[in-house]
Amino acid sequence: MFVSSINTNIMKLKKDLAISDSGFLFNPSTGDSYSLNPIGVEFFKLLQKGNSDDEIISQIINDYAIDKNSVEKDLYDFKNLLVNYKLINA
Amino acid sequence: MKTKKIYERPLIKPLNSGLMNKFGKRTEWTPLTEIDGIKVVDLLQEYGSPLFVYSEKKIRENYQHAKRVFETRYPKVQFAWSYKTCYLNAVCDVYHQEGSWAEVVSRFEYEKALKNGVPGNKIIFNGPDKTNEDLELAIKNNSPIHIDHLDELYRLNELAANLTKKPKVAIRVNMDTGIYPMWDRFGFNYENGQAWDAINKIITLDKLELVGLHTHIGTFMLTPSAYAVAASKMADLAINIKKKYKKSVAYIDMGGGFASKNTLKGSYYMGSDTVPDIEEYAEAITSSLINAGFDKDEMPYLYLETGRALIDDAGFLLGTVIANKRLSDGRRATILDFGVNIMFTSFWYDHKISPVEELGYHTEDTTLYGPMCMNIDVVRENISMPPLSPGNHVVAHFVGAYNVTQSMQFISLRPAIVMIDTKGKPHLIKTKESLEGIQKDELVPEHLRIFKL
Ligand SMILES: Cc1ncc(COP(=O)(O)O)c(C=O)c1O
Repeated sequence: MFVSSINTNIMKLKKDLAISDSGFLFNPSTGDSYSLNPIGVEFFKLLQKGNSDDEIISQIINDYAIDKNSVEKDLYDFKNLLVNYKLINA
Repeated sequence: MKTKKIYERPLIKPLNSGLMNKFGKRTEWTPLTEIDGIKVVDLLQEYGSPLFVYSEKKIRENYQHAKRVFETRYPKVQFAWSYKTCYLNAVCDVYHQEGSWAEVVSRFEYEKALKNGVPGNKIIFNGPDKTNEDLELAIKNNSPIHIDHLDELYRLNELAANLTKKPKVAIRVNMDTGIYPMWDRFGFNYENGQAWDAINKIITLDKLELVGLHTHIGTFMLTPSAYAVAASKMADLAINIKKKYKKSVAYIDMGGGFASKNTLKGSYYMGSDTVPDIEEYAEAITSSLINAGFDKDEMPYLYLETGRALIDDAGFLLGTVIANKRLSDGRRATILDFGVNIMFTSFWYDHKISPVEELGYHTEDTTLYGPMCMNIDVVRENISMPPLSPGNHVVAHFVGAYNVTQSMQFISLRPAIVMIDTKGKPHLIKTKESLEGIQKDELVPEHLRIFKL
């Protein structure tokens, strides 16, 4: 179930997830795989390094032509999807 | 300052290896940036969003192709443009320039055809709802009147009683062609003898001139063989009229109903892969007529009232992304500035929708909603699209038939319509509706005008 009220800021990605630069993500504990676009890979790697939401947002707006609000919305949505796919320990 | 990289929304999508999911292979990420050489974004900039766009080039190509396909198989062919399919005057005029007559089903459409300059004897008057005044007008103009029911037949006989010239009529015939559902609401049935009954009445009462036989077996017919059956039955009637009354009918009108290349809702394969080509319909109809046993110099004209198959792919609906949402079950949803109000055919078809901007190959499954505040306002239930963001644009394909004529003025004003001519120049053929225009016919009683809040 998708729970939108979860506070995504305090959640950590599962430890054993493997991601390739081309955007192929594998979850060894379930055998499920996923495909990410390049920005998705970037978000994912920043999350994996344990960055906070604020750190991720400032990194992205530093590198890309995009405003803060859009990134914030997208990050929130992205993390909700990771919860949905059970890639984050809620 | 360093140049920043181009951003798009982050995506993550499960890979279901081996399993075909319901989103199938219909990944529609190839952007449609231009229509007939004009940039889609320029059209939207100039005329606003949403916007209907018709390609004059495509309309002419479709018509000329269909005409060629039939004329190479049968000696006497006449198309009549089915007004209800799209009666924008500019669109009708293209067909008339190409040589097509008009086929109408109401007084409103009849007058539209007259105003467009179609001679009365080239307006085929179909439909169950013709008043005595409508019939008198059609008689005066020498239009072929296609009789739908016995009441109309009796009324016409009465109207003709005092005339010196016989009104030209045909009867509409319905029949079993092996397809379901059978369209038996319109016309006289072939199998149970109603059609013969009507023919006998017309010929023995001798007030009307039976010039033709008409049928329209259904719409979006995916089985050409149904047309072979229908054409054989029509030919059988014509040949037996000749035997019994020594009288030849001038034409057999096979109506419309050829499928366009749209994808019907719920069908697994794309319409473009499964819909029969016009050649297959033509082959079915013309071989039945040619093999029916008419005398060589008494072959009837073949009339065709083809609608959607001639126009669907010449029409596009351009629009803009308003917002993205995440539904409670995690699915993504995108809200567009057009919905079922102006794209009625989303109830029938999974319309192909393309992005306009280059957004990469990565896609996500999403639902496309229209802007109305209603549950039924769904443009596409499931579609795989690149990550659309507010302000991005999309194009809906194959919307040329029935959308403009059946669009609803609900909640918002209906959009402008543009036709791109064969040289690639856009022309406004209908302006966007205005509040004044919509309210022009409204009347407010005096005692309701004043209020204080
Ligand atoms: C009498 C008649 N002719 C022609 C048509 C055009 O049909 P289509 O658009 O399926 O070719 C219709 C549409 O319902 C019709 O009722």
